[in-house]
Amino acid sequence: MAFVTRRLLAAALLFVAGSAAQAAELTVSAAASLTDAFKEIAQSYEAAHPGTKVLLNFAASGALLQQIAKGAPVDVFASADQETMDAAVAQKLVVPRERVNFVRNTLVLVVPADSALGPKRLDDLRAEKVTRLAVGNPASVPAGRYTQEALEAAKLWEPLKPKMIMTQNVRQALDYVARGETEAGFVYGSDAVAFKGKVKVALEVPLATPVSYPIAATAGAKDVLEARRFIAWVQAPAAQAVLARYGFLKP
Amino acid sequence: MHPTWTALALSLKVACWATAIALVLGVAVGFLLARRRFPGRELLDTLLTLPMVMPPTVLGYYLLVLLGRKGWIGQGLQDWFGINLIFTWQGAVIAAAIVAFPLVFKPARAAFETVDGRLEDAARVLGISEAALFLRVTLPLAWRGILAGALLAFARAMGEFGATLMVAGSIPGRTQTLSIAVYEAVQAGQDDVANTLVLITSAVCIAVLLTAGRLAPGRVGYR
Repeated sequence: MAFVTRRLLAAALLFVAGSAAQAAELTVSAAASLTDAFKEIAQSYEAAHPGTKVLLNFAASGALLQQIAKGAPVDVFASADQETMDAAVAQKLVVPRERVNFVRNTLVLVVPADSALGPKRLDDLRAEKVTRLAVGNPASVPAGRYTQEALEAAKLWEPLKPKMIMTQNVRQALDYVARGETEAGFVYGSDAVAFKGKVKVALEVPLATPVSYPIAATAGAKDVLEARRFIAWVQAPAAQAVLARYGFLKP
Repeated sequence: MHPTWTALALSLKVACWATAIALVLGVAVGFLLARRRFPGRELLDTLLTLPMVMPPTVLGYYLLVLLGRKGWIGQGLQDWFGINLIFTWQGAVIAAAIVAFPLVFKPARAAFETVDGRLEDAARVLGISEAALFLRVTLPLAWRGILAGALLAFARAMGEFGATLMVAGSIPGRTQTLSIAVYEAVQAGQDDVANTLVLITSAVCIAVLLTAGRLAPGRVGYR
């Protein structure tokens, strides 16, 4: 019995020790649209900084903010819009001077690659043939907020609302269009590049506010220097080239 | 109606339908597997139990691939009947019914297996038809186990989240069930909305368990 107890204790200790970070770990929470590019950038960062493990956490920017606000141990936060980062600053989760814009994106209307539908203007979405529109939920998804802004400017938000399928993040909207579950959807230009062959861009949506991505070390970062190093890495030419390859524009 | 009540009504509607479907199919299949011997019986049992073990997201993906507009079943339904299940509450019912099915089917099979064969034989000797035998002897004897399963199925269907979100989406008033509404509220940082929803959900679950305990003869399910 004592033997078993000792074994259990040892196992429990191992578990606790294992969950505490041994090597340097950098947790990066990034907007869902950055998924592919950041995976590649994190790999190159790890290769250049042996001993550091980059943990990537992707979701809608709003969801990431909520996680950080509730105490998630995040070191770097990259949001797809200024509004979410503003909220992070207002809640003192991010120090304003750590914040920098590192990349830009476009908002596009996509349709399935085999779609015969060719909306030329946003107004064409009123057509009966368009029964469903995939849009990120504006309450937590920046792409949805940009879409709402553009559609409200065109006086189309209310008329199109009954057709909208609100998604949890921009990649879910992209996936629904790619599967043909919705006739069209609003995503970023970079998303359309990632799903080339499955979706095609019908038009670029004109926006009053540019889609500019801010990145910052969080106030609770375990190692601010390491966080800053990663942010500098993202701004360096090599990482910017990766981002450009995935359809992002220079800041 | 306030959005919270719409979500609650929808959750109850989906859970009731899903439980009803799971109950009918679960009892039928449970009886079949308990009484008939055929090759591949245990394999079928394993396959039917899978939804209980598999992550709901895996199930949601299967359903999206099968029932979607370009899916094997979805395309046929669309072309022949004009039926589309994705982003509808009926889609949510299917997701919840599949997840809840093993919870009825497993205890039903076990209950039918423990029914005393001599009682059934006695009824047969007295000249009862096979249908009446099932309805008036076998089913009443197995009922407690089945009811316990149905309760769990209802609870599971109420709480279904992953598969439902993938198949039915989150359309307020149409497919946004309580559990999805909670998730959305937390994501958007609306803690006050989340608090209300969470309290309502908890109250409903407690009410369901209490009523079930009252209704069931001899306190079924949780002793």
